Amino acid sequence: MFPAAKSSTAGNKTGSWRVFRPVVNDKCIGCKLCYYSCPDDCIQITDKKAIIDYDYCKGCLICLNVCPHGAITKEMEKK
Amino acid sequence: MQVTKVIEGSHAIAEAVKIAGPKVIAAYPITPQTHIIEMLADMVAAGAIDAEYINVESEHSALAACIGAQATGVRTFTATSSQGLALMFELLHVASGMRLPLVMAVGNRALSAPLNIWNDWSDSISCRDSGWIQLYCESPQEAYDTIIQAYRIAEHKRVLLPVMVCVDGYYLTHTSEPVSMLTSLDGFLGDYEPEFKLDTENPLSLGEYANPDYYQEFKEAQHNAMGNALSVIGEVNEGFARKFGRGYGNGVIETFNMENASHAVLTMGTLSSTIKYFIEREKSDVGLIRLRSFRPFPSEDLKKVCSDVRSIAVIEKDISFGSGGAVATELRSVMDIPVASFVGGLGGRDITLKQIKEILGSTGKSGEGLTFVGSRL
Amino acid sequence: MMGELFSSGHTACAGCGMTNIIINILRAAGPDTIISNATSCSEIVSSQYPCSAWRVPYIHVAFECSAAVASGIEAALKTQNKKSNVIVIAGDGGTFDIGLQSLSGMVDRGHNVLYICYDNECYANTGVQRSSATPHGAWTTTSPYGAEMHGNPAGKKPIAEMMAAQGCKYVATSSVAYPLDIQQKVKKALAIEGPKFILIHQPCTLAWRYPPEKTVEIARMAIDCGLWVLYEIENGKLKITRRPSFRTGVKDYLKAQGRFSHLTDEEMEKIQEKAVGDWKRFEGLEKTTAA
Repeated sequence: MFPAAKSSTAGNKTGSWRVFRPVVNDKCIGCKLCYYSCPDDCIQITDKKAIIDYDYCKGCLICLNVCPHGAITKEMEKK
Repeated sequence: MQVTKVIEGSHAIAEAVKIAGPKVIAAYPITPQTHIIEMLADMVAAGAIDAEYINVESEHSALAACIGAQATGVRTFTATSSQGLALMFELLHVASGMRLPLVMAVGNRALSAPLNIWNDWSDSISCRDSGWIQLYCESPQEAYDTIIQAYRIAEHKRVLLPVMVCVDGYYLTHTSEPVSMLTSLDGFLGDYEPEFKLDTENPLSLGEYANPDYYQEFKEAQHNAMGNALSVIGEVNEGFARKFGRGYGNGVIETFNMENASHAVLTMGTLSSTIKYFIEREKSDVGLIRLRSFRPFPSEDLKKVCSDVRSIAVIEKDISFGSGGAVATELRSVMDIPVASFVGGLGGRDITLKQIKEILGSTGKSGEGLTFVGSRL
Repeated sequence: MMGELFSSGHTACAGCGMTNIIINILRAAGPDTIISNATSCSEIVSSQYPCSAWRVPYIHVAFECSAAVASGIEAALKTQNKKSNVIVIAGDGGTFDIGLQSLSGMVDRGHNVLYICYDNECYANTGVQRSSATPHGAWTTTSPYGAEMHGNPAGKKPIAEMMAAQGCKYVATSSVAYPLDIQQKVKKALAIEGPKFILIHQPCTLAWRYPPEKTVEIARMAIDCGLWVLYEIENGKLKITRRPSFRTGVKDYLKAQGRFSHLTDEEMEKIQEKAVGDWKRFEGLEKTTAA
């Protein structure tokens, strides 16, 4: 297996990159636009609501930018 | 069971490829190997070989396609020479670094500039650091046998390195001799069983990027695999000899008239035949060492076979500008005795019996510098 | 880490359009897919030994030969009687420039491979150098602006039309602006036998110089102002798949990106004129090829 790689990048928790964190509010209707555009596989739609995986979310805020309902806002990441 | 026919070296190589059974053949023409891929095309067209034949648009793509196919889990084959091999240079390192057991025939031809289509070893010798095993053949028969052996050597679990089977352009590729061909491999070469492959049942990532924390160990492992190849080449040679009745020395070197020789000549490829002929005709007491494996370089075997020898003359068809003949340079690093270096036959120029006589007569003399054979400068 | 075939934990920039493109390609293609990747950002961020973001079989060989590698994979699969999708993912550098020969060879030989180029209009991974996909006037480190040069003097190679002219069975342009468009076109392509080519526009926050959250917004602007046309070419017929709204002007698009900040009004006018001309040409092609 030496020249082939199998283990996932899961060990690299890119959530540590964040300056701002996206926060989903009640206006979310689960339209999935954020899910379609996330570059990091950090959004899942469960029960018509967007859930964000903060372990890996880099805080790019594309989700906030594409949301047509104002359902995502940003907060400064607290360290 | 074997069938003997008088065929040219290229044809012998194509026949060996046919029986070894690669599933993907990438083809790009370049003199003097073109006959190999032409014959393979005929065989594929006639249904004698069951393989995908890809007419690639450059040698770089030939090796790329073979890498892709081999990584998917099938045996492959391609052939090239000179400029084509030079164009593939980047991918030679990739194939070896990815530990893919490709087999490729190289019809040794001089490198430009100036452009020259005739034989010398500058093309394959220039790739000696690429991590490919390099085996040099003396005859069409040996080319046939070595192609088959190459797959077994490359795929050996302790090796897993690609193999270059080097054959002198024109002197071997275009020369016809009786060649005994197998009617069956008789289990000598089994099915290809890759250590890893591209398979949707078991996803893997191949050819990744490795930062300084990881890179060096890949290279060390390749070097160790080359070391293992020395004994594997020998074992495969022996196994082939037992099954099919033909062996080549101990696999990595072959000797002639060395029993009582106090001086020796060392060379590779078809030039060995000319020197053997000379030694026999002149009843010379000089012995001949034919290097079959240049990579890995068989230092211990050479030291052993030269234990009673007082000097060696190397005749080679390559030059490392600013250093010397590559073979002589490497031999000097393992020998205590004087090694005289002769570089000749570049660009396909004939090395004559008269010149061989002079070279054999010079054994025992200086072990420094180099002489260009028959220089007109 | 929500279970996509391209997982989180990769080291792409925050706001990277390319990783989103890859996620959507794999949503459409599914797990029975083998990826041949060219050296590029996509390779570097996803495959640092010993880890990998790829949950499908993946191979990287070199920069210029991902199409030749895919040709070998496709040929091998044929001999194994397997029908997995073979998809090339390469950037514009590895497609328009150094990769053009092997792409052309693959198309010429008719391999059943889908070649997808994500186009961020430069060599991004090496720090933003000019490629033949870099639009006229754009700053890159090798087409900077100063007294003698004002951004990229050359234009953009019409790679998609070149691939159609060469005989790709299906050619399409798409954009990170519309992920479902990417998925639809990938699905459609994979159902067609033979060589296919999809060019996907991808704004790059680092190379184009804009804040990361605007990747999709800027991609939409490119389409709305008519500079990036979404179309398909099949059987010699060009079909525009999304008509620009023209609610955004070319100037708005250019001004949103730092790489065009040196352009004068006159230069921007010229780009606007060319965009209008190009759009008219596409409209014309759609009419004439429909017949």
